[in-house]
Amino acid sequence: MKNYLPRSTSGIFYTGVVLVFALIPVFVSLSGQIFYLDIFSRIMVLGIAAMSLNLLIGYGGMISLGHAAFLGIGAYCVGIPVYYEIYNGWVHLVLAIVVCGIFALVTGAISLRTKGVYFIMITLAFAQMVYFTFVSLEEYGGDDGLVIELRSEFGTWLDLEDNMVLYYTIFGVLLVSLFVVNRLVQARFGRVILGSKYNERRMQSLGFDTYRYRLVCYVISGILCGIAGLFLGNFTSFISPEMMDWTRSGELIFMVILGGTGVLFGPIIGAGVFILLEVWLPQIITFINKLELGVELPHELWHLILGAILIAVVLFGRGGIHGLLTRRKRG
Amino acid sequence: MLEIVNLEKWFGGIKAVDNVNLRVNENEIHAIIGPNGAGKTTLISQVAGELKADSGQIRFRNEDITSLRPAQRARKGLARSFQITSVMLPMTLLENVSIAVQNRKGHSFRFWKSALDDNELIDEAIQALRMVGLDDRAHRIANEVSHGEHRQLEIAMAIAMEPELLLLDEPTAGMGPEESTDLIKILQRVKGQKTILLIEHDMDAVFSLADQISVLVYGRIIATGTKEEIRANPEVQQAYLGEG
Ligand SMILES: Nc1ncnc2c1ncn2[C@@H]1O[C@H](COP(=O)(O)OP(=O)(O)OP(=O)(O)O)[C@@H](O)[C@H]1O
Ligand SMILES: [Mg+2]
Repeated sequence: MKNYLPRSTSGIFYTGVVLVFALIPVFVSLSGQIFYLDIFSRIMVLGIAAMSLNLLIGYGGMISLGHAAFLGIGAYCVGIPVYYEIYNGWVHLVLAIVVCGIFALVTGAISLRTKGVYFIMITLAFAQMVYFTFVSLEEYGGDDGLVIELRSEFGTWLDLEDNMVLYYTIFGVLLVSLFVVNRLVQARFGRVILGSKYNERRMQSLGFDTYRYRLVCYVISGILCGIAGLFLGNFTSFISPEMMDWTRSGELIFMVILGGTGVLFGPIIGAGVFILLEVWLPQIITFINKLELGVELPHELWHLILGAILIAVVLFGRGGIHGLLTRRKRG
Repeated sequence: MLEIVNLEKWFGGIKAVDNVNLRVNENEIHAIIGPNGAGKTTLISQVAGELKADSGQIRFRNEDITSLRPAQRARKGLARSFQITSVMLPMTLLENVSIAVQNRKGHSFRFWKSALDDNELIDEAIQALRMVGLDDRAHRIANEVSHGEHRQLEIAMAIAMEPELLLLDEPTAGMGPEESTDLIKILQRVKGQKTILLIEHDMDAVFSLADQISVLVYGRIIATGTKEEIRANPEVQQAYLGEG
């Protein structure tokens, strides 16, 4: 048991983060800031997606620029059945797992034959193919997307129509994902994935067919991201191909790097910081403009500031936010 | 146990391995000596499967392995160490060796049980580390240990695979004299029980360890024999031993 108790500063910090997520609904009902239930649901969903990407980037050294495709496919695995009035959540879940798994298997089998920048390009290309496929599917709204009128039904005991229930369901999925990913990376499988990131050639000469292990890792990652997509669809109630635009994939990468690659909690922190900045920066600009200091700041300035912060973290905060937390203080 | 038949390797216009024929018998240490750039590393890489054979054949336990990938050959019982240390630098010495042990415990599609406190792996990894004298530094990060310790780790990883045939590419290169002597002692202990193809520059080491010696010059084997035969060979003296 003592292994599960935090021993380090970062461990205490991350325990605190989990508590914050657990207590957000309380904060929301006390303060009436319902808006934040939305924000934190989104943080958790994209955090899970980023966690799945972290399996590839952080642990496997496979930089995919097409991960949002899985998010989108997962969401459409809710949207399309609901369009046909199939509301059963278990059907949605199985569909998301199967479709994302197959898509990952096929595209991974091809992409993983390449390395480095070629891998980035080919994962991007596959994601764009999915993007344009959904744009061209007029039946499901094409460009305009699809409204999900009713959320997945997992049974009477779990009514996702209630935002609070949806929040805690996502919270539960988040905890399970953290636990599973943690087991995975410490198990023999994870050791092979990590070893292949550090020195693929040596891993091969040690007898590991690194390609196969990476492919399985890619499939697991795709499925986890698909599940995140399922909840993204449920929670936004509106889905469109824009969800899998390559800039969305880029944002996921940013979340991973921002939090700290190859760190269990990194993607959650990254998603949290990223989304909160997205929310707060425009508010801050509006606030400054209200002070009437004589200069009117353009509202879109916040994009620039967000970009600058991200660049600063990448440049100076090696290891992301986790790196900043764990860095030893020098004399 | 290992049979190399008419093996060749071209790098552009250079013939790095030129019609090499070589036999390594079971439980024998076969040393390859030769000047810098003779093609020793190239030859080992071909045996290990990292470099393709342009022509010729490599047979292991009477099986043609010429077209197998490195990982497949490793699973058949070939292990190599690298002349230029090649390990997983951000991992601890123990983790590096554990991964090497992992390979012979069946496939690693095991997703749940932690490998970090798996005694099946750890015990044997520690044993391999102890053999090279690194067990007291098992939890150091590979990136942070000395060059000599890297070399020891390199050997520990190859040993930990418990291979049937060990390919050692200049194991003492870059070691201090003491570590070097220690390693030679280790190899002397396993002499007669393990099959080793050994590339080594240190002549004392070679003459004290090898059952058979082959001399490689410009990619060609100019002589093979016992140490007495090699010492007495005029061609070898002229081409190689004489220079040193
Ligand atoms: N990947 C490569 N591409 C082109 N030429 C190479 C390559 N590897 C080796 N060579 C050349 O092949 C020849 C043999 O090199 P090799 O490394 O096998 O020699 P060696 O006997 O191991 O030398 P040393 O004692 O310095 O380790 C050299 O001329 C070298 O420059
Ligand atoms: Mg060499």
